[in-house]
Amino acid sequence: MNRIDKKFKALKKYGAKAFIAYITAGDPDLSTTENIVLALESSGADIIELGIPFSDPMADGPTIQAASYRALRNKVNLKKIFKMVVHLRRITDIPLVFMTYYNPVFKYGLTSFFRSCAACGVDGVIIPDLPYEEAKELIALGKKHEVATIFLAAPTSTRERIKHIAKVSTGFIYYVSLTGVTGARSKLPPEVIANVKAIKKLTDKPVAVGFGISNPGQAKDIAKVSDGIIVGSAIVRIIGEKKRMIPRISNFAKQMATAIHGI
Amino acid sequence: MKPDKKGYFDGFGGKFVPETLMVALAELEKEYFAAKKDKLFRREFAAILKNYAGRPTLLYYAKRLTEKLGGAKIYLKREDLLHTGAHKINNTLGQGLLALRMKKPRLIAETGAGQHGVATATVAALFGLKCEIFMGEEDIRRQAINVFKMKILGAKVTPVSSGSKTLKDAMNEAIRDWVTNVASTYYVIGSVAGPHPYPMMVRDFQSVIGREARRQMLAAEGRLPDHVVACVGGGSNAMGIFYSFLKDKTVGLIGVEAAGLGLNTTKHAATLCKGSVGILHGSKSYLLQDPDGQIEIAHSISAGLDYPGVGPEHSYLKEMGRAKYVAVTDKEALEGFKMLTELEGIIPALESSHALYHAVKLAKRLPRNKIILVNLSGRGDKDMDIVRGIF
Repeated sequence: MNRIDKKFKALKKYGAKAFIAYITAGDPDLSTTENIVLALESSGADIIELGIPFSDPMADGPTIQAASYRALRNKVNLKKIFKMVVHLRRITDIPLVFMTYYNPVFKYGLTSFFRSCAACGVDGVIIPDLPYEEAKELIALGKKHEVATIFLAAPTSTRERIKHIAKVSTGFIYYVSLTGVTGARSKLPPEVIANVKAIKKLTDKPVAVGFGISNPGQAKDIAKVSDGIIVGSAIVRIIGEKKRMIPRISNFAKQMATAIHGI
Repeated sequence: MKPDKKGYFDGFGGKFVPETLMVALAELEKEYFAAKKDKLFRREFAAILKNYAGRPTLLYYAKRLTEKLGGAKIYLKREDLLHTGAHKINNTLGQGLLALRMKKPRLIAETGAGQHGVATATVAALFGLKCEIFMGEEDIRRQAINVFKMKILGAKVTPVSSGSKTLKDAMNEAIRDWVTNVASTYYVIGSVAGPHPYPMMVRDFQSVIGREARRQMLAAEGRLPDHVVACVGGGSNAMGIFYSFLKDKTVGLIGVEAAGLGLNTTKHAATLCKGSVGILHGSKSYLLQDPDGQIEIAHSISAGLDYPGVGPEHSYLKEMGRAKYVAVTDKEALEGFKMLTELEGIIPALESSHALYHAVKLAKRLPRNKIILVNLSGRGDKDMDIVRGIF
């Protein structure tokens, strides 16, 4: 069983929800990324999303754009990130999911990409600019190499589309809380709760909610109906500020973990 | 029929966008096909092109230029004479009418040289719609007059400071805005790029150029041209003039990209000549990218060609060998600019000057009984500040 599935199964036993933390790999550098992953894990994160930086991140707001830019300035690429994952896998068994745009994966070669994911211990992949219509080959390769292919569902998705997304998603379904790009928001649209409930009626697969969630209050509210909460920009912002990075991330992650788990 | 139902031109194109936009693209496609079939819409579009934009544009025989070169005859399709100064208005009027039909109160657009931004702001003013234009800081600096025009037309011009601060980054920002405001906003893409249905739709709206030119050429010379030459950034003016000649196998189609400081340098925008296949801004096509799949920064003296991608149909035409793509440097484009200005009294846009220079080179090599048709896609008013610094 894939590490993601195992994790959701284990959490379900206790009625807890998953805290999924996003950081950009290589921001500020790859060895710090490893340390942040370990700090997040020990502070209660259940799954780590590693952003593979892309020059033109059209689904990201300013915080993650800046992180991608910092990582790319350090000449980070997929090869180096796979190497880092191999190193991390000697220390931790936490589920790791790559989040990136399609072009770096396409250029690396889809088959090689999935082979590397399986060989290095990457458990899943999220590609926000790859809707399922364009993802036939990716879905087949994911199945073959037992790497989860996680698709996004949005507030604008029709019922038909959500059904299809649920069908082709493995690991979990990524529900985008709002129409917009990534980035911390002080307020989320009130219809999130109802929308997540509606999706849950269409599928048995775990549904995690991301985009905009930046404080424990929001996380707690949404975790009541979802199977997981994804937090990115709020963590990446701390990395961007550099000052006392690890203790501040740990502190924030602990608060989020308590809010998400403690239901 | 190209593209196919999924928006592919034999492997190029498609829809590579966030899920949030997929329903909007499906709606747009549906509405566009309905409009295309609707006699009233077609009549309205034709009327507005005639009465407002100033179509048909002239087909002009460049006699002095031809005589000076002593080779093939050069004809110019005068898109520079259109309202707002370039072919861009053909597309923005078409998409503006579509936005009205879809009851979207707000238009957004990306712009490089500012021609598409001005054309979109113009249509917004004409139709009473709200308008926001995204433009790279670098382009705002080099195309100041167009920025001012957009503003007095009532558009909000939002500077984009990410990445290369040019057209590519403006397009990223426009997509981000569209993802955020998708319910109220119509995104007017300015080239034959982006996700399906845009490459097809923009081509169709621009295809009036080739339809007119073909007819005018037959009337003037009793035959078709031997070569059709157009500049290619994203590729809308080129697709517009090529499209009606695709089936005329005797007519050579030549797209001219920007070679910037030279194809052997890293400072160019010659996507089809030097790039490789990848995915950017919603479609699969040729790109300028590094071995890791990061998009490289393009360079050209002309902001309108300064783009590291290209419309998918051009990739298809290149791959099947129907069109040929070449590149012209900044310096050569300026030479083309100067020749047309001095010999014909026509000041071309720097973008179109790339096509002109290639036509000049080609004409010299060909006998006098051959004919070259050049798409003079825009006028040079906007480039005066750049050119003044050089001549």
